[in-house]
Amino acid sequence: MLIRKTADIPASEVTPKHWYVNRRKFIAGASALGAAALVSGYDLMSEPEHAFGGTAIPGIQKSNLSTTEKETPYKDVTTYNNYYEFGTDKSEPAEQAKNFRTRPWTVTIDGLVAKPKTLDIDAIMKLAAPEERIYRHRCVEGWSIVVPWIGFSLSTLLKQVEPLGKAKYVKFTTLGDGKQMPGLRPGILDWPYREGLRLDEAMQRLTMITFGLYGELLPNQNGAQLRLTVPWKYGFKSGKSIVKITFTDKQPDTAWNTAAPNEYGFYSNVNPNVDHPRWSQGTERRLGEFSKRKTLMFNGYDEVASLYSGMDLKRNF
Amino acid sequence: MNKYIRWIKLGLFVLCLVPVAGLAWLYYNTTHGLEPDLGANPLEYLTHGTGTWTINFIMLTLCITPARKLLGMPWLIQMRKMLGLFAFFYGCLHFTCWLWFDKQFIWSDMGADILKRKFVTAGMVALALMLPLALTSTTWAIRKMGGKRWQALHRLIYVTGIAAVIHYIWLVKADLKAPLQYAAIVAVLLGYRVFEWARKRSAASANRPAPQAG
Repeated sequence: MLIRKTADIPASEVTPKHWYVNRRKFIAGASALGAAALVSGYDLMSEPEHAFGGTAIPGIQKSNLSTTEKETPYKDVTTYNNYYEFGTDKSEPAEQAKNFRTRPWTVTIDGLVAKPKTLDIDAIMKLAAPEERIYRHRCVEGWSIVVPWIGFSLSTLLKQVEPLGKAKYVKFTTLGDGKQMPGLRPGILDWPYREGLRLDEAMQRLTMITFGLYGELLPNQNGAQLRLTVPWKYGFKSGKSIVKITFTDKQPDTAWNTAAPNEYGFYSNVNPNVDHPRWSQGTERRLGEFSKRKTLMFNGYDEVASLYSGMDLKRNF
Repeated sequence: MNKYIRWIKLGLFVLCLVPVAGLAWLYYNTTHGLEPDLGANPLEYLTHGTGTWTINFIMLTLCITPARKLLGMPWLIQMRKMLGLFAFFYGCLHFTCWLWFDKQFIWSDMGADILKRKFVTAGMVALALMLPLALTSTTWAIRKMGGKRWQALHRLIYVTGIAAVIHYIWLVKADLKAPLQYAAIVAVLLGYRVFEWARKRSAASANRPAPQAG
């Protein structure tokens, strides 16, 4: 298998990895959209289309926050994930999100802020140079992957609206469109999917607002157009398809915490010492590996430990 | 009918092997870069696949008695032993997947998990109760034990059925649809037996002479 080299060529000029890794797929799937994206590059504004995954993002900067661990293959990252809006089976989102319309996409930022705003995805992407950050991603179910996300620190976006001093938490509301999301049936979660962070967690430099992976815009199943990436927390904290960000003074309710408060806490930091009530969190299976590895405290992101100094993490799980 | 039984049994035997052959084929594809394959998490696929087929075979075994009575096909009883043994076979594969892929054959981890994790406890109960049934599945054992005692022992399959469904329910995160479908099937299959038992009992008491006032 070819291993992606840390590029000296801009990412926009590199053939998307999965096309050369999986040549058969490339030949079979040289769809009009893929071909169009290849020649038109970045001109998305005129495209009232959907499924932009596969469109290269130009000008990607490397980040020193990246891990050097082996990246999980594109195919695994994009065909094995939880996105209950598109089905509870991990292979379903790739299939069921195919026709999800992700343009136009706007995000409203409101609540305890001086300047509430509604921003278009293109405006958001222009706020800073896109960075590639290769992060470990640990699911609460006990599997993990390594993903080259594209985006930048969430704080860059949050500063745009000038949060007020009273603001202590940030609530993320994701799209809940029953017409487009076949998984949006009652009895599973309380829709739309909501997540939340403490303000200092949201402003931590590792916390990303993410619009791409593997050098390209996010595939629909991975949370297009905009998602969160919080690498030291279990994967479900990193909400997908975000449409609203609200600053609050109270701890916001979150979808999983509402569904099972004894199983999914507000913090949900990766913590090998605090088991899920029904299974161990001490080890994890990195996709592609046979033996399980030990799960690291904060998923190995020790720099966030200071956010929780003095807190009992067994109680605040 | 009887002259076809051997062929039906042979056909059923081959059918019962299809799931494991399918998994083996997907495994081959996975290791040879072909498609379809076991997906991004092959070990999980194998664990879940063998688990699903264990519960399917438990359900099929429980179907035999109602089916042969309701459909008037008494010969179906001759298929029950094979289905039951295949339930045990897939259960053993499922257990091996867990012990190997999840516990890496560390027995102390395994013991701790069985005691600590409710869903593992339920799964172990379901499997362990199938062991005496598999061991006494021969005609020799029936003769040795006597029909009544043998039958009483083999009612343990009801407990296995319930434990297997509980195992599944306790395992899932939020979407209970699939395990609840199995729960409904078990409820119908065991409900049928309760209904039959109650019917026979009331028929028997109706035939008994009325108690004399005295």
